Amino acid sequence: MIRLPAFTYLAPSTIDAAARLVAEHGREAMLVAGGTDLYPNMKRRQFEPKVLVGLRGIRELRGIRGSAAGGVTIGAATTLSAVAAHRDIVRDFPALATAAGLVSSPQLRNMGTIGGNVCVDTRCNYYNQSYEWRKAIGFCMKKDGDICLVAPGSSRCWAVSSSDTAPVLWALGAKLRLVSAEGERTIPMAALYQDDGIEYLAKRPDEIVADVQLPAAVEGWRSAYLKLRRRGSFDFPVLGVAVAARMEGDVVRDARIVLGAVASQPRPSEKAAAALVGQRVTPDLIAHVADLAAGPAKPLDNTDFSHPYRKKVTRVFVARAVAAVCGLGDSGATSEEVA
Amino acid sequence: MTKNAFAVIGRPLPKVDAWAKVVGETKYADDLFLPRMAYAKLLRSAHAHARIRSIDTSRARALPGVLAVVTAADLPRVKFGILPVSQDEEALCAEKVRMVGDPVAAVAAVDEETAEQACRLIEVDYEPLVALMSIFDSLAHPETRIHEYGDGPNVHKNVALQFGDVDAAFDAAHLVREDVFFFEGSNHLPMEQHAAVAHWASDGKLTLWSSTQTPHYVHRVLAKVLETPAAHIRVIATPVGGGFGGKTDPFSHEIVACQLSRLTGRPVKITLTREEVFYTHRGRHPVLMWIKTGFTKQGDITGCHLRTWLDGGAYGSYGVASTFYTGVINPVTYKIPVYKFEGARIFTNKPPCGPKRGHGTVQPRFALECQLDKAAEQLGLDPADMRRRIVAEPFTKTANHLTVTTIGLGECIDKAVEASGWRDKRARLRVSAGPAARRSPKKRGLGLACSAYLTGAGTAIYWNDMPHSGVLARADRGGGVTVLCGATDIGQGSDSILAYLTAEVLGIEPKDVHMHPADTSLAPVDLGSYSSRVTLMCGMAAIQAAERLRDAIFAAVARKLEVSPASLVARERKVGVPDDWDKAVSFARAVELGEALHGVLAFPGSYAPPKRAGKYKGGGVGPSPCYSYSACVVELTVDEDTGAVELEHVWIAHDIGRALNPLLVEGQVEGSVYMGIGEALMEEQVFRKTLHKLPSMLDYKSPTTLETPDIHTILVETDDPEGPFGAKEAGQGPLLPVIPAIANAIHHALGIRIDEVPITPDKILKALDLKRAGKPARVGPERLPLLTFKVPLVVESAFGEPADAVVSRPFSS
Ligand SMILES: Cc1cc2nc3c(=O)[nH]c(=O)nc-3n(C[C@H](O)[C@H](O)[C@H](O)COP(=O)(O)OP(=O)(O)OC[C@H]3O[C@@H](n4cnc5c(N)ncnc54)[C@H](O)[C@@H]3O)c2cc1C
Ligand code: SF4
Repeated sequence: MIRLPAFTYLAPSTIDAAARLVAEHGREAMLVAGGTDLYPNMKRRQFEPKVLVGLRGIRELRGIRGSAAGGVTIGAATTLSAVAAHRDIVRDFPALATAAGLVSSPQLRNMGTIGGNVCVDTRCNYYNQSYEWRKAIGFCMKKDGDICLVAPGSSRCWAVSSSDTAPVLWALGAKLRLVSAEGERTIPMAALYQDDGIEYLAKRPDEIVADVQLPAAVEGWRSAYLKLRRRGSFDFPVLGVAVAARMEGDVVRDARIVLGAVASQPRPSEKAAAALVGQRVTPDLIAHVADLAAGPAKPLDNTDFSHPYRKKVTRVFVARAVAAVCGLGDSGATSEEVA
Repeated sequence: MTKNAFAVIGRPLPKVDAWAKVVGETKYADDLFLPRMAYAKLLRSAHAHARIRSIDTSRARALPGVLAVVTAADLPRVKFGILPVSQDEEALCAEKVRMVGDPVAAVAAVDEETAEQACRLIEVDYEPLVALMSIFDSLAHPETRIHEYGDGPNVHKNVALQFGDVDAAFDAAHLVREDVFFFEGSNHLPMEQHAAVAHWASDGKLTLWSSTQTPHYVHRVLAKVLETPAAHIRVIATPVGGGFGGKTDPFSHEIVACQLSRLTGRPVKITLTREEVFYTHRGRHPVLMWIKTGFTKQGDITGCHLRTWLDGGAYGSYGVASTFYTGVINPVTYKIPVYKFEGARIFTNKPPCGPKRGHGTVQPRFALECQLDKAAEQLGLDPADMRRRIVAEPFTKTANHLTVTTIGLGECIDKAVEASGWRDKRARLRVSAGPAARRSPKKRGLGLACSAYLTGAGTAIYWNDMPHSGVLARADRGGGVTVLCGATDIGQGSDSILAYLTAEVLGIEPKDVHMHPADTSLAPVDLGSYSSRVTLMCGMAAIQAAERLRDAIFAAVARKLEVSPASLVARERKVGVPDDWDKAVSFARAVELGEALHGVLAFPGSYAPPKRAGKYKGGGVGPSPCYSYSACVVELTVDEDTGAVELEHVWIAHDIGRALNPLLVEGQVEGSVYMGIGEALMEEQVFRKTLHKLPSMLDYKSPTTLETPDIHTILVETDDPEGPFGAKEAGQGPLLPVIPAIANAIHHALGIRIDEVPITPDKILKALDLKRAGKPARVGPERLPLLTFKVPLVVESAFGEPADAVVSRPFSS
């Protein structure tokens, strides 16, 4: 069995205590919630924190509060199973329930949290390997080395943002409350990320995601999430398409399209979304929107499936998600595609 | 005996070890903990091909908690390998490493963490050599040799056999097809990683508990490489959490654990990580194939010529047998009057390939069945009808001198065709139901394929005249019967089968039978759980042992009841005369009477297969007491926009001879279907630079239950004279037809041919693009290696000759 490196586990019972502990231990410390992402990574020595500050014992971080009218707030340590099954979320934000329900496997959803999911490490199949494997091929800059093996010559890391819920939360206009020893602030999802495979989070490491705030449900908004992965369980997305739109009759009034797993952060397709607004949706318009959204996607050869294939399917999935949200899809539109 | 006369046979009973497995009582090798036990780790090479200049273990030795560090210098310099002709492995590499993952040193420490840390402190100075990562590389660089032995530079084995005049057969054909196929390699992916515990005790005797399918071969190899008398070595195969051929070789980690135990005086456990299982491998060979077949207008085969190139990886393993198996089994299914086979196995700097479920026969089966589908289309014949017409004749010989006994393939085809609604659907799906279905990107298709597989190899791995299987049955005064047998239960249910057969013969319940399998000190030898041999060979031995025990008991009871032994029956845990059942004595009492008359009641049973090896060099690979047959129909949909394949139904009819327990047979069939789906659609052992690309269970893609369609299993019983109560194998054969049936169904759905597996969505989209561009809608290998095959050994075709004597074998009386 691959073994974990030695570390000290601290179990605070309040957010403030957690924030203090993180500040105190600085770079030596990391946060851990469900551990479904962090522990496997630690086994492969992608992270070697001396101290882990556990969030599972903090009651105020768990649970889903609020209402459709006033806005729903999800505690960061709420499990993905709970998010996927929550009645209001299923009704008002179906894409989020879908995305949370498509993460990995039932066991991992019972442990994995939504806070951990939005902070999940970026992935690359040169990097998600054991220490020995990485050493044998030559370490890369994301850990232990200084070059990129996928894009040699590149000065940055192109590891892929692999969260299922992040593109959906972004498309839904969710906000995050961040807490640190120095205070708290609320930011839009977009402000959590930056397009860099190593420094993919724009927040400070000592900031704890305390909760995820969904906007008040507004009449007419619809959403969908399509996920590309090889199998019906276990697999990370190698493409995620989140579409949210507000319809008036058959005219689109508002739209957001955010792609997952095509860059080191979720990538909004503003041009594509704009092309929908004010329009009646037709197959031709959908084809145009799909081209606009898929055009800039530049997958690299560092995940499952060939990258030209992922690019091809991006177009198909954007078209299918838009059709589903705007009422053109066949009634049986699935929220997941397994290729 | 008619079916109704059985008490235990034919009943859908749960496996005897089912509960223990479900509730977690089963002790696998990694569940063993002995007092003072140490933990071992192997340091593996990071180079694919390199000379070892020096190894410095001093820093590792100095680490607190380290108990011993070994390199090749600490072991006898003896090479080993499963086949006598390929003794090319070392427990720890001495001079050269031949793949990433080759073991070079090992550490025993107080815990796994310390052992792992110590491995990282060992410094190995390597001189890198050119790494040969494909068949093409290895043949293009004869100056760089992975091994010094073999049939040419980097050619492990080169074989050529010809039975009759193929050129004349092609001249006589109405249609001659030549096709090229590729089958990618795959790992067995057993749930349980290999693990072993070695204890070299203070009395100088060694015990090894190991997750192995072949304790007998491990026993022999340990004696050889540790230079220790076999008499002082005991190998116990722990329950195996999935084998599929991946635990059929003796392995480095087993030998190293023994040596570390010898040096430390402590029991030593070693458990491989999943990544190490991918390096240990012995999985499916990647095989390139060229196949040329002649057909008459009606679809009869006039002759067939097959060439195979196997990418063997870094060591021999079972490779010589694998090479033969790519050629010799195809003729067992259909009438192929004339046959030629050329095959070569090439060494590469990758983990060694070996036997995986269907050993060597899966790849050429894919080629043949896809080619038949193409030929049927060209000839305007229904693929099911065409196959039905050419099914081989029972109790005859094939072109390559294999004796076939019963053949239920015709019935299998009929039943699969009927159950799947083949005729109706093949016609309907093609025409497509209305404009709505035409607009939908999801296209439906139906495909069919057949196969055959051996029920146990007719020859042993090392030449000898002894039994292939032995069983010892001992009755105890409580009415229980202990069965000792060398077979290993790898999940296939061999313990259960032996319990059922013993219970059937003695008229007791399976629960009364105590199984103590796979312990070289206690049980007679069985060669191992491979080649689908256990039910038949151990089963026959168990029946013989139980019948001898029954005869002894009957003699005693007959004397007591003053009747003739021939009038007695054993049933319902009693022995008596059917017409006078009130006087029947309990089985426990019968044992007491028997013991009083004869002394201890312990009887052996032995089995060796009929001697039917073809009388030509190479004729030893392929013969089997009997062959199982399967026919499979797959229904699926393919998404034209994404290339995604979704399986809807699999109907599979399997000629099992007799289902000793239909539940277990269905389990084996379903498992085979599942594994076949993985190989058809996603599994691939592929490499990035010199490394296994994705050595983890997350990234190496293998299907889950969600990818598994409804499987409809149909059992066909032919009551084969060679098998125990007529039974044939079920563990491997049903995998074979699934893969070509999927490929053929995809063709039916979209009109494209993917002539290589796995059939991934990107290949489907590529073929559709070709089709739209008006080009041949095929994706598959484009070039073949330049390699001169041997001058073939030309032998006369034995096609159609009557079978060799049936039910004539050593030790049978
Ligand atoms: C086999 C496998 C398959 C998977 N498949 C998927 C998949 O399909 N889709 C997917 O999205 N993910 C997948 N994952 C990743 C993971 O399971 C999920 O992303 C999960 O939601 C992570 O949550 P967690 O609570 O376990 O995070 P942890 O592992 O505890 O933490 C993950 C990261 O987030 C940080 N973190 C956690 N909570 C907070 C917080 N409140 N504030 C600030 N930082 C925090 C941690 O420091 C760490 O860096 C998979 C993982 C495995 C092992
Ligand atoms: S993208 Fe490049 S730098 Fe980043 S993890 Fe992959 S190989 Fe390493």
